[in-house]
Amino acid sequence: MPNPKSAYSIPTKAGKSDTHIIVVWVDNEAGVLARVVGLFSGRGYNIESLAVAEIDAIKNISRITIVTTGTPQVIDQIKLQLKKLVPVHKVADFKREDKKVIFKEMALLKIVGNKKKINYCLKSCKLFNPVILDKSNKSVVIQITALRREIDKMSKKLKSQGLVSTSRTGAIAMTRGSEIFK
Amino acid sequence: MSKLFTGAEIVFKCLEDQSVEFIFGYPGGAVLPIYDELKNHSSIKHILVRHEQGAGHAAEGYARSSGKPGVVLVTSGPGATNVVTALTDAYMDSVPLVCISGQVPTHLIGTDAFQECDTTGITRPCTKHNWLVKDIKDLSKVMHEAFRVATTGRPGPVLVDIPKDIQFAKSNYSKPKIEKKLNGKAMNKFSHNEIDQLIELISKAKKPVVYTGGGVINSGPKASDTLKEFVRLIGFPITSTLQGLGAFPGDDNQFIGMLGMHGTYEANNAMHDCDLLINVGARFDDRITGKIDEFSPKSKKVHIDIDPSSINKIIKVDLAIVGDVNEVLKSVIKRINKRKNGLKTSNKQNISKWWEQIEKWRSKNSLGFINSEETIKPQHAVQRLYELTKNQDTYITTEVGQHQMWAAQHYKFNKPNRWMTSGGLGTMGYGLPAAVGVQIAHPDKLVIDIAGEASVLMTMQEMSTAVQYNLPIKIFVLNNQYMGMVRQWQELLHEKNYSESYSEALPDFVKLAEAYGCKGIKVNKPDELDSKIKEMIDYNGPVIFDCQVDPNENCFPMIPSGKPHNQMILGPNDEKDNKITGKGKTLV
Repeated sequence: MPNPKSAYSIPTKAGKSDTHIIVVWVDNEAGVLARVVGLFSGRGYNIESLAVAEIDAIKNISRITIVTTGTPQVIDQIKLQLKKLVPVHKVADFKREDKKVIFKEMALLKIVGNKKKINYCLKSCKLFNPVILDKSNKSVVIQITALRREIDKMSKKLKSQGLVSTSRTGAIAMTRGSEIFK
Repeated sequence: MSKLFTGAEIVFKCLEDQSVEFIFGYPGGAVLPIYDELKNHSSIKHILVRHEQGAGHAAEGYARSSGKPGVVLVTSGPGATNVVTALTDAYMDSVPLVCISGQVPTHLIGTDAFQECDTTGITRPCTKHNWLVKDIKDLSKVMHEAFRVATTGRPGPVLVDIPKDIQFAKSNYSKPKIEKKLNGKAMNKFSHNEIDQLIELISKAKKPVVYTGGGVINSGPKASDTLKEFVRLIGFPITSTLQGLGAFPGDDNQFIGMLGMHGTYEANNAMHDCDLLINVGARFDDRITGKIDEFSPKSKKVHIDIDPSSINKIIKVDLAIVGDVNEVLKSVIKRINKRKNGLKTSNKQNISKWWEQIEKWRSKNSLGFINSEETIKPQHAVQRLYELTKNQDTYITTEVGQHQMWAAQHYKFNKPNRWMTSGGLGTMGYGLPAAVGVQIAHPDKLVIDIAGEASVLMTMQEMSTAVQYNLPIKIFVLNNQYMGMVRQWQELLHEKNYSESYSEALPDFVKLAEAYGCKGIKVNKPDELDSKIKEMIDYNGPVIFDCQVDPNENCFPMIPSGKPHNQMILGPNDEKDNKITGKGKTLV
């Protein structure tokens, strides 16, 4: 082992990382998003996507959905650290493979090109509940809802077919069945 | 309609209702309305510091020695940024602070106004929580909440940023709500089952060790009493982190010294070889664990902590008990005593061999050093200071570096809250202002800052504060003319390239003391040390004690970087005996 010449220890081997979806219920107050995001950046955690909006105007509650990757230890830390923040009410954590949970992300795709290209794109989007929001002679704006990786695939696939702009919301999540997370 | 108060009045009404007696602060444009109101509240005394960082550290010293939250009052902009170091220090070492900062009027926020800064943005990562009060109606609620957050659960600093127009605006005042005990983020959810599991582990252990930390101190003096009862009951060896010193008597035979990077041979070897490790209110800091992969490889690990996020953060444990240390230990003792024919006899026999092994390690005398008759050895100076002050209730603060480790190794603490040091952040310049705060909390006690000459110059201006309030703090400077710990690392790891670690152009500390209006004492001969220390103690007023020590002394024992606990470098004594040099210095 090389001599690290340092007052600090050497990093140990990191375990296997998994993708998790963390849902955080917070008071909708000034700076709350900065607290959550700052916790992630300050402690070196990863954010793949983030979606946030107020969900209860009377109780003033916002719901933040964060897609992140980390070892089981890191994911545990993320949850425990989030729970320590004063405006945080509760924290839920789902594995991406979890069958009991629905994950969805919305994307707006702008396609510019001839009719053939546009039709090809619309056809490709068929599986993902496409809605045409705007149409002109040379262009179309399509709204789709799908899983993250499906949208990843779509935007790759449509690049050569006139996709010029993509806007995505980040994933949101909801449990299946009548149960809610407490 | 009930009476209306200005924001400044509300601030003071809150402080009164929270039984605050002292504020450490420094005035400025954006807090003038609050300073104007000070005169109407005789129960609250303001301590004027000379720099806002000093206010923060003084409040820390006050809080750690008294168990009450420290209160800081600063102005906007530079006032707030200067206090950031102290807030971060308090955050790392879990010290309850409430910092009130002035802010430019609300209509100027975001315009780069004079002395404006994004105080809540800057302090967000170094406080438990902070608030920018934009509506006068929220002020009293926020102030009470600030005290609640700072003092419950794992304590820490909070900040309330109050724009100047809010300090003038008027509103009703609401009293603090009477809190249900231990609600909110404070946790005490441990179960009987967990306690039983712990007792099971205790009764089976053959090589156990108890490892305690600052959590015991933060849990209050009662927790230290409970810890003593617990450890005496089970008869296990006990070691402590830097922050935990004093929770268990340092001169007790069951105490095997501090552990970690500069811990004793017996404590670190016990940690490495044990089969049961009981962590009580400590956080497996990297100065403690050394190499994570080889940390205490053969042990079952138990972690008692009030902060759930401390569990499994660094070291995976087999049993986690989340709760207040005092409550957990009390119920453990209760369960043990309930069980008849319990551990009292059988368990102590189980571990008698373990104690023999520990005594063998202990006989190595790892804190030993080669004393000299020509120059004062810094360890000797701390030992003499201890011997000459142990007959009275003494409070010790330190700066950061070699002197801090020597103080931790050679000064024995028998009571909690007597030892104030910056462990987590390692803030040079902590000790002098902290001593100011300690002396404020304990005006009749002996308060000594064991300092290094480099550290103490960082906050030297606070001597003025000590003189102004007649605080007889003693600044015991171990002057080796080097940033000693930096020099030590350079000697051991950077081929003696002493890059910028020599303190060129040091002031004459005796004259400096006199310039501040206090007493200066200088000593450089070992045979004069005792009489000069006595002179320092007997002097009724602040003293700067310039103790000129051997500049080349290193702090041993030491765990080099990336090594486990059982591979320590011992001091020169050991080298002579075993003729170990160079690479072989690391004992296997």
